[in-house]
Amino acid sequence: MRSIAKYFSGLFIGISSLLKGMSVTWRELWTKKVTQQYPENRDTLVISDRFRCELVMPHDENNEHACTACGICQMNCPNGTIVVTSQMIETEDGKKKKILDTHQWDLGMCTFCNLCVITCPSDAIKFENTYENAVFTRSKLVQKINHEGSKLREKKKEVKPVEAKPVVEAKPVVEKKAVEEVKPEEPKAE
Amino acid sequence: MILNYSQPLEVTNLTSWLDSTLRGSLSEFWVLLIEFVIVGALLLAAYAVIALILIYAERKITAFFQARFGPNRVGKWGLLQSVADMIKILLKEIVKINRSDRFLFFAAPFFMIVASMLTFGAIPFGKALHAIDFNIGVLYVTAVSSLGIIGVLLAGWSSNNKYSMIGAMRSGAQFVSYELSAGFALMTIVVLAGTMQFSTMIEGQRYCWNIFNGHISSMIAFVIYLISGHAETNRGPFDLPEAESELTAGYHTEYSGLQFGFYYLAEYLNMFIIASIATTVFLGGYLPIQVKGWVDFNGIMDYIPSYVWFFGKTAVLIFLSLWVRWSFPRLRIDQLLNLEWKYLLPINLVNIVLMVILVLTGLTLTDLLPGIF
Repeated sequence: MRSIAKYFSGLFIGISSLLKGMSVTWRELWTKKVTQQYPENRDTLVISDRFRCELVMPHDENNEHACTACGICQMNCPNGTIVVTSQMIETEDGKKKKILDTHQWDLGMCTFCNLCVITCPSDAIKFENTYENAVFTRSKLVQKINHEGSKLREKKKEVKPVEAKPVVEAKPVVEKKAVEEVKPEEPKAE
Repeated sequence: MILNYSQPLEVTNLTSWLDSTLRGSLSEFWVLLIEFVIVGALLLAAYAVIALILIYAERKITAFFQARFGPNRVGKWGLLQSVADMIKILLKEIVKINRSDRFLFFAAPFFMIVASMLTFGAIPFGKALHAIDFNIGVLYVTAVSSLGIIGVLLAGWSSNNKYSMIGAMRSGAQFVSYELSAGFALMTIVVLAGTMQFSTMIEGQRYCWNIFNGHISSMIAFVIYLISGHAETNRGPFDLPEAESELTAGYHTEYSGLQFGFYYLAEYLNMFIIASIATTVFLGGYLPIQVKGWVDFNGIMDYIPSYVWFFGKTAVLIFLSLWVRWSFPRLRIDQLLNLEWKYLLPINLVNIVLMVILVLTGLTLTDLLPGIF
């Protein structure tokens, strides 16, 4: 008797659970499709700001950057992705000064570890989320990230109120020429 | 004549015109020969076209069930995807398997395709779209559709491959078991309809489809027929003959190119055949929805051509089968056989007796409510 009851209850429980399963898939049939249609949805595609795709050196409107060619990024790079070449020039007041010649970054070797950006004393470089990096030849992966004819941003002489406390500048590019200035967080270069 | 007036979209007009034109100028022998050739060619063409459409529909609906888009690159909405697949499969090399039974290996796909082709010919697609119609139609369909399993078993045997062999044996066990249920379910309706001929069976369902006419008994038979039909076509939760995680592809592991294409085609066509037989037997076939007494309504419904009704009903059943396929996980072989031998078969036997009682005691809907049905 017990087994007969079990047979029929099992049958009906089975049918009801099958119907429940079908109702779940029925709802799933009408849900929004999750597939990203990549090349078509370029305009609406959201890439996180923190996503590291390409090393860039921000230049301002005067084609000036913040890189002092100190070479710290090159030293910190774990796999030799960055090559900073600099040249010595003589300023008009007779001082010798190292300026950036080329800042070369190899996308093909980069592991996007961000060490160069973290260690840069002048915040001259950063990673952007421009994600379409595919190229046809390997040589195109090696990029010069400082713009043609760009130069180091000169430290402006600022007249500061006397009572003002030393302010940590947002743009800590330090120029040795600005002697009277309160030094804002001198990068421990060299 | 009134038929011609009220149903301008039917192909009856075309076929009768063709027949009379041919008879006007040719002798009986040539007329029949030409008509046979035309019918055969049309059936073959329909076979291929329906398979292509089904493959596309299946991939699309599957994708929708999984919250994807499905094929949408080849042509608008991916409409040409299955055509592209067909061209690809036609161009692929047919690999000769080392140490396989060459003759049986090449013969096996033909068994499969011929079996489903023979069944395909017996399906009433619409008024005057019915190639084979004789008084034992149901028996004929059941008989020839079971021939396909020979192809599966031969494929498994001749491939000389353990996976294929196990797949074929599973398929054999499954097919033999479930054919029993499918046959009994059809028999239940034969009891109700009192005929085995598809055309008379359909005409008898003009105002009341068989599924409603035999109410409880018909419903059970319908569900059982769908389940066992599903199992016979090796699809959905019953696709363990080709369980890819255990048997790579089951009985057609070793096949490539067009031979694999045959199996692929036959699988989809079998799905269609099961759905269309269920339509014919349970859902009134190509007949439109008709209600006794509602003359205007019946006229409007009649205006829609019969093949549209047929393919519409079949499409609903195919969708049901896809829905089931993407809802349930695959059964184990013992669960599969349990379902058949412990549940479907006994229920089916009781169901036949119940149907006989219903018919004999006059408890079918047409007997109970002759005014409405």
